[in-house]
Amino acid sequence: MQNAVPLSWYLILSAILFGLGVAGFIYRRNIITVFMSIELMLNAVNLSFIAFSYTLRQIDGHIFSFFVMVVAAAEAAVGLAIILTVFKNRDTLMIDDISSMKY
Amino acid sequence: MTALIFFLFAGIAVFCAINLVAQTHPIASALSLVGVMGSLAILYLQLGGEFIAMAQIIVYAGAIMVLFVFVIMLLNAGAESASPRLSGIVKYLGIVLLAAFLGLISFVIQSMLPKTEGVVFGNFQGGTALEIGRKLFTVYLLPFEVTSVLILIAIVGAIVLARKEI
Amino acid sequence: MNFFILSLIKAALIAFVLLTALAYLQWIERKVIAHIQLRVGPYRVGPHGLLQPLADVVKLITKEGVIPSHVNKLFYLMAPWLAVTLALISISVIPFGPEITVGPVTTWMQLTDLSIGILFVLAVSSIGVYGVALGGWASNNKYSLLGGLRSSAQMISYELPLALAVAAPLLLANTLSFREMVNYQNGYWLGFIPRWNAIPEILGFIVFVIAGFAETNRVPFDLPEAENELVAGFHTEYSSMKFAAFFMAEYSNMVTVTAVATLLFLGGWLPPFPEPYSDAVPILVFALGGLIAIYHGLHPARRKDKFTLPAAGLVFLGLAALFGVSLLVPVLKTILMALFWFCGKIGILLFVFIWVRGTSPRFRYDQLMRFAWTFLFPLAMLNLLITGFFVALGSK
Repeated sequence: MQNAVPLSWYLILSAILFGLGVAGFIYRRNIITVFMSIELMLNAVNLSFIAFSYTLRQIDGHIFSFFVMVVAAAEAAVGLAIILTVFKNRDTLMIDDISSMKY
Repeated sequence: MTALIFFLFAGIAVFCAINLVAQTHPIASALSLVGVMGSLAILYLQLGGEFIAMAQIIVYAGAIMVLFVFVIMLLNAGAESASPRLSGIVKYLGIVLLAAFLGLISFVIQSMLPKTEGVVFGNFQGGTALEIGRKLFTVYLLPFEVTSVLILIAIVGAIVLARKEI
Repeated sequence: MNFFILSLIKAALIAFVLLTALAYLQWIERKVIAHIQLRVGPYRVGPHGLLQPLADVVKLITKEGVIPSHVNKLFYLMAPWLAVTLALISISVIPFGPEITVGPVTTWMQLTDLSIGILFVLAVSSIGVYGVALGGWASNNKYSLLGGLRSSAQMISYELPLALAVAAPLLLANTLSFREMVNYQNGYWLGFIPRWNAIPEILGFIVFVIAGFAETNRVPFDLPEAENELVAGFHTEYSSMKFAAFFMAEYSNMVTVTAVATLLFLGGWLPPFPEPYSDAVPILVFALGGLIAIYHGLHPARRKDKFTLPAAGLVFLGLAALFGVSLLVPVLKTILMALFWFCGKIGILLFVFIWVRGTSPRFRYDQLMRFAWTFLFPLAMLNLLITGFFVALGSK
């Protein structure tokens, strides 16, 4: 009754999500959406880790994925604080308008 | 049954990811990302990672994305206007090329992997909190302590960047 | 197939009982607050206002559901649905009693036992923040937005002391599932003191209950909600069934928080003193209640009470007789005793929730956040450190 799902399908899903994350990163112009595409890429990689951890029957993939989550949390906190500062100084969230280093 | 759940939640994940890229309003993108994370958590459950699935919901979908939603609501980010520099044909060509690229990657992955025994829900029982705790506090103790310092740095950095100048 | 049908029956039973209990929880709250404030509360609809929840449901259903014109319709409609769905999902891992054998079926009195049940409840309460935040934002009203943001910031700030207070009994019991947690609290020290987690973890219990008050937006932490007495809260633009959904979600969250507190700290369905003596307690309680009701019914203060108080007294005496009869039937005895102790403990905690609502003033928002980050969070961490120290010391 339980037919097995081949492992390659999980990796294909991870690749598709990663590709969509890269597409969002390149195409979108709002800083926050670009940041969310980065989080999508990190999630796709997490899925890949857990799939391989299942294949090798080891827990180390889960632990690496846990560390990826922790680092993503720290990065989101600092990144959003930077976005708030940029918004305070430039009054815009479009990356096209934040194109000069000098204010 | 495993295949049904996989296709259902993989479909939801891909649909929400496409929605993330295609929507103009950041709040819609943020909620689509929460949808991706939720369906990925179900897939982690299927692969035997019960602790990681709950950690994904608690940390990623329940804390990080709430932070994103807060910032979007505070900054009152409106919908993006259409980009003036990309013509229509470039956009559609880009979608076609993206689909072709992802199809090519899928084909390569499919043909490159040896035929393993496939994923059946319940075959991997080692994803419990006990196993993760055991490995985390003995083998991976140094990365654990380093990440706690990293989080401390992130807290200090976020507070310094976001406070009001007196 | 047997498993699916059994789960379906259990789910239907839990849903029906829970929804009725939520409606009557509101009646109990109105009566208790009224008596604290020296008035009567709902009195006219049915005997002693017992049909008031029914009247409220009918009113809320038949009210016109106004959707304001400039709201974001998808999120406006999604927010109360999300809030009430998540609030009801977290009941599915709460065990109400031990394993019972009814006829050919042996099952636990629980919808499903996840081996990570406690994390599941924390995860669902983390996602529940979205219902509040989206409801406030989608209403296209700056007061709703502020109320929604404040309420969700309060909820995520108090999730930290909540989770740390939960972590201390997990260290003691070494498990994440609710069943094992209650089984750990079985037994008695010195023969009569129950092995409940609240006794070594009294600090954790107090931190959990305070954080529970804040998680469910109850007084004294309900400034984001009580702004609708002053200006507006996050559910100001909602009417009829959507407003009812937010209120149902709040009461359901209250039931979940008290149920988790009972399971983690107060021993779940286990009686506080050993078995043969604790079987007499429900019989005594209900018989005493019935006799008091009948005594007051003989010379009532109000004319209508000549009928209602003796009727209530007879109902209580009937319940006492039911408990007495169940001592002879083992299956019924297990079910009824477990339900009595579990619901009794939840009832006492809910009474404390309602009592505090009737008595305390509310915190200002900055006092609230400062209390969470500078007082409760270090206190919960201190509790966890002390527990960890003693567990490590004792497990040499």
